Amino acid sequence: MIAVLKHELQMYSHALPAYLFCAFLLAFVGVGAMLYNIQSSVANFELVLKFVCIGLVVILPVLTMRVFAEEKKQKTDQLLYALPLKLSQIVLGKYLALLTVFLVPMAIISLYPQVFSRFGDVYLLTAYGSLFAFFLLGASMIAIGMFISSLTENQGFAAGISITLFLLNFYSVRLAEYVSATAFGSLIAFCMLAVALAWLIGLLTGSRILACSAALAVLLGLGLTFMFKSSALEGLLPKMLSQVSLFERFYIFVDGIFDLRALVFYLTVIVFFLFLSVQSLEKRRYN
Amino acid sequence: MIVVDHLTKHYGTFAAVNNLSFEIRDGGVYGFLGPNGAGKSTTMNIMTGCLSPTGGTVRIDGHDILKEPEAAKRQVGYLPEHPPLYTSETPLEYLHFVGEAKGIKGAELRRQIDEVIQLTGIGPVRDRLISVLSKGYCQRVGIAQALLGNPEIIILDEPTVGLDPIQIIEIRELIRDLGKAHTVLFSSHILSEVQSICEQVLILSKGTLVAFDAPDKLEKLLTQSSGIRLLTQAAADTVDSILNRVQGLSEWESTACEESCLSVSIKAETQDLHDVSRQLFFAFAESGNAILEMTARRANLEDVFLELTEDAGHTPVEAQDSIPNPKDGESDCEKSEVKTT
Repeated sequence: MIAVLKHELQMYSHALPAYLFCAFLLAFVGVGAMLYNIQSSVANFELVLKFVCIGLVVILPVLTMRVFAEEKKQKTDQLLYALPLKLSQIVLGKYLALLTVFLVPMAIISLYPQVFSRFGDVYLLTAYGSLFAFFLLGASMIAIGMFISSLTENQGFAAGISITLFLLNFYSVRLAEYVSATAFGSLIAFCMLAVALAWLIGLLTGSRILACSAALAVLLGLGLTFMFKSSALEGLLPKMLSQVSLFERFYIFVDGIFDLRALVFYLTVIVFFLFLSVQSLEKRRYN
Repeated sequence: MIVVDHLTKHYGTFAAVNNLSFEIRDGGVYGFLGPNGAGKSTTMNIMTGCLSPTGGTVRIDGHDILKEPEAAKRQVGYLPEHPPLYTSETPLEYLHFVGEAKGIKGAELRRQIDEVIQLTGIGPVRDRLISVLSKGYCQRVGIAQALLGNPEIIILDEPTVGLDPIQIIEIRELIRDLGKAHTVLFSSHILSEVQSICEQVLILSKGTLVAFDAPDKLEKLLTQSSGIRLLTQAAADTVDSILNRVQGLSEWESTACEESCLSVSIKAETQDLHDVSRQLFFAFAESGNAILEMTARRANLEDVFLELTEDAGHTPVEAQDSIPNPKDGESDCEKSEVKTT
């Protein structure tokens, strides 16, 4: 794992995307800090981080898109498979390398509240709590982006899908207000989600039987719930949409609350998508 | 030792590797021969853990590649068809990474890197970016990474493809040297290459093993395809009457060619072609007809390859105008397949 981590860091030091990512993140935070803290004279640094979230949606995929897609395209993944390494070690090594790259601008950004505190009262606890949550938010997005990169050999495709997913997630709470809250609306949406889930299972395991049986089980469950207890489905779709929002949980920290549930949520997302990445690499071996 | 047991790989309904079994003992250079699409790369990818088989097992020194992948992979150095190189690095950085990933550390890693750099002759380019290296050097860097960790088995997938003649000779010499200390298995569809370096040849066709033996032994299997071609100015019926008097000839075929000459392809029943040539010489001399040209031709690996792969329904790309038709040797050859499935 250490070998992969060191190698990845060395590769990032040679390539443009990591520098671009750091530069853009620092630029976004810089602009935010200028608008909020300097021009508007607001003492809350966490608001700057909230402002930067949308920027993260666009620039993080630049960092994650190549992780596995490039390996497959250059056929260097064959080396990784042939080396005496576990796939989990490869995934973890690459993930830690991405986190390290993300930590570099974060380390610089973490100096800002200290700098501002010299010129007035800054809510340091909220600022650093939010910075920590912001790091976890980024770490979750990196895990998701990495998984998407493992599905394709086209970097552009990986970036496009990642940005779309992050944008949907970013606006999921607002979308929740517009989607149907009726039981039937939820039923239709969940049926579509079940099909998408089955497709993903099929893609990862290569087993049509498993994918179809998973889809059938979920569809059957949904059908039975709709028939016998349709009230349970009412309002479920908007509720779920706001629950899956990565950003909404970060805003809790911005409001000054150190939410442990959010931390658990972020860690679950990270572990889940790292696990999926390992499965996705394992699947490639069967192709 | 590599033990491949009933290995199968299906892509949908297409069987790329079909119930393949063989054993490779320690030491020596083994050639993996077969036309394009015979399943060479697929088999090699499965043997090195890059691809999962649909069925069957591969054991490397007793370690199953699926159940104990790390122990098995430590014994193997692999160069895939496309050298897996990170083009934004220098060979030195790349070898450093591969060495560390193979669990080699510190001074030992530096020593091994120096050793493989010297062995593969990439010293002059060790600090240049891989992206600017020639194909020959890229191939050498690929071989160097396979050698790191001093694995017992080295698997090279078409290591000479795309190289210029001088580079090909150099890589062949390198493979021959490696065979002294390691077990080398390399694939190729160039027959002369396999013939010149390998001690044992595995011929693959349509995903199945059709022959596994030493190149010269494989050639001996086709004794009936040995023959003589001669050029004479005698008339066809005269040639027939002369040849009827000579012993040890099974059949012949005459074709008229320019300057009223007759080209005769003769199949010999015996392997002693010199004896047949001598008899032919005197027989023609006695009848007062001159032999203008006479060429003895023994079956070579190409004949074996053509016969075995054609038999499996292929039309090999490297067909040649062989005079004797090696078809007659089919039964012999198939009987002597050493370890086929």
